[in-house]
Amino acid sequence: MLRIVQVYPELLGTYGDGGNGLVLKERARRRGIDVELIRADMDDPLPAGDVYLLGGGEDGPQRLAVALLEEAGFSRRVANGAMVFAVCAGLQMLGSRFSVQGDDEYVGLGLVDAVTTRAPSRAVGDLMTTVGASTMVGFENHGGETTIGAGVEPFATVVRGRGNDGRVDGFRAGRIWATYAHGPVLALNPWLADAVLAESLGLSELAPLPSVADRLYESRCRALTKRSAD
Amino acid sequence: MAIWRTLRLLVAKTAVRSTNWISLRTRRGSGTVIGGTVGLAIAPGLLEALAAHRRVIVVSGTNGKTTTTALAVAGWGGDVATNDTGANMPAGLTAALVRSPSPRAVLESDEGWLGANVEATHPAVIVLLNLSRDQLDRASEVRQIAERWRAVFATAQSRGAVIVANAMDPLVVYAAFEAVNVRWCAPPTTWTADTMSCPRCTAPLHRTEERWWCACGLAQPSASSYLDGTTAVVGGERFEIPVSLPGSFNRGNALMALTALAEVGVDVRPAALRMASVDEVAGRYGVRRIGGQVVRLLLAKNPAGFAAMLESVEGEGDLWVSINARVADGHDPSWLYDVPFEVLCGRRVRCLGDRRLDLATRLWYAGVDAYVDEGPPVIEDRVVDVLANYTAFSDLLKESQPC
Repeated sequence: MLRIVQVYPELLGTYGDGGNGLVLKERARRRGIDVELIRADMDDPLPAGDVYLLGGGEDGPQRLAVALLEEAGFSRRVANGAMVFAVCAGLQMLGSRFSVQGDDEYVGLGLVDAVTTRAPSRAVGDLMTTVGASTMVGFENHGGETTIGAGVEPFATVVRGRGNDGRVDGFRAGRIWATYAHGPVLALNPWLADAVLAESLGLSELAPLPSVADRLYESRCRALTKRSAD
Repeated sequence: MAIWRTLRLLVAKTAVRSTNWISLRTRRGSGTVIGGTVGLAIAPGLLEALAAHRRVIVVSGTNGKTTTTALAVAGWGGDVATNDTGANMPAGLTAALVRSPSPRAVLESDEGWLGANVEATHPAVIVLLNLSRDQLDRASEVRQIAERWRAVFATAQSRGAVIVANAMDPLVVYAAFEAVNVRWCAPPTTWTADTMSCPRCTAPLHRTEERWWCACGLAQPSASSYLDGTTAVVGGERFEIPVSLPGSFNRGNALMALTALAEVGVDVRPAALRMASVDEVAGRYGVRRIGGQVVRLLLAKNPAGFAAMLESVEGEGDLWVSINARVADGHDPSWLYDVPFEVLCGRRVRCLGDRRLDLATRLWYAGVDAYVDEGPPVIEDRVVDVLANYTAFSDLLKESQPC
């Protein structure tokens, strides 16, 4: 049984981020994999899981989510091998420090050597990156600038948009994957959804699952490539 | 000096009229915003001067502004100045007040512009419908809007006003809590995703069927306006509200419009009957023809709007949904994953609009049978419901004909 945990959707789910949980569950289920999508509510103990999904959130809820995850022993779950896929505010929370409102600085979960400061302007728009040989398309809407430590591998190279700093996006630290592309980025990139699934199941690849999502991915890649060239 | 001010206002008013006339005649616009912009540039005090000596009701909120405004206008009866084209920033309000000299006005206000609009129009009543996520790529996050509203109610301009507010929406309650004169209403409100945590302290909100509350003390106020089936209770008076528009949310909009009208001295019973004449609002809910198909056009712009609208299209058979992601819609259609499309399982959806593939993918994951780009549909001998977001709705309105 693959247990996918959507972490505190009441706090971290501003931009349709719950879609990532749905996409992973459906792509597993339609391949005949035994799967469960679990909502981690902030009133309840953090459920056991194989993949934890962190979404985006507004500033206050983001800080509360850090405090709740600390209390729930989230770091231990990760140390014990659980996978994490985080977007937007979720990415910022995994780092050592972040500033969201004004210049106040908050301590993050400290699972990855990454520091987020407030950027002079908000990054709002399409985000296009390359992850190895693959293209990732998404949308970002955040006010952060993230600097990752020397030993931390970025998740992707930015082609269009800001990501962490205009050059790279997110990070990949063992089984912790994070990107600034918020919302249902896994719906836009079926190959990435399958990469997360394969990693969490310990498989090298999965059976193909053709759907209209492939057409959507191709059309977004075409649209963003065209605009990048303009 | 007073003469100069009067002259300047006169020139500005003339400029609003003539610019809008040109805009309409040259088909460059709908003739509602550009004139107001020009007028305000000539005389920045124009909106305030136009609103002076009128009884003004201002309506704001994420969803239902245009409909509630239309219901209040119909309920009030007679000549009422209103910005019925949905131009709800100061320029749109200015143009509306130039168009009509009526001493009564119902004006819808963009949520983000509520402060400026209230400051200029000194309303007798401010209606606060609801707040939920909408166009996050160009508007503020919803809690920031609630904070801004809160600041509006701390100003002198709003102190004279009666606030008609939705007690079921914690963000609205948080925004209006410090206001002096509030009439709390309980319209049917199903959307709770933006207020799972308390707007004041971020702790988890508690909810039962009847009420919500937080440990910090913020809690659902007791409402003096509420619904009991098709009966409305406003300030102790019970009466039927025969709303022609579909959906329980439109009965809620009518309830809030009636509560506002009661505050400006309107007799609510006959007002409720006058409201029943509203069966179409700016093309919404209207029955039209696209190709050979008779359709009913429904506008839903965001998750809360879609959730409410999906409830009102219960039934069988195909449904058409059209989604764009242009400037006025917000460039990011991520919100499709916040819409409970799963309720459509068992029905077939024809996906339309610039972002039909985003929609079809969302529906595929929801397990809903969806189709894209398969040529003209088979004409059905019934009215097909068409849900569309902002610019997709405008496109459909243009390409359809009245029945």
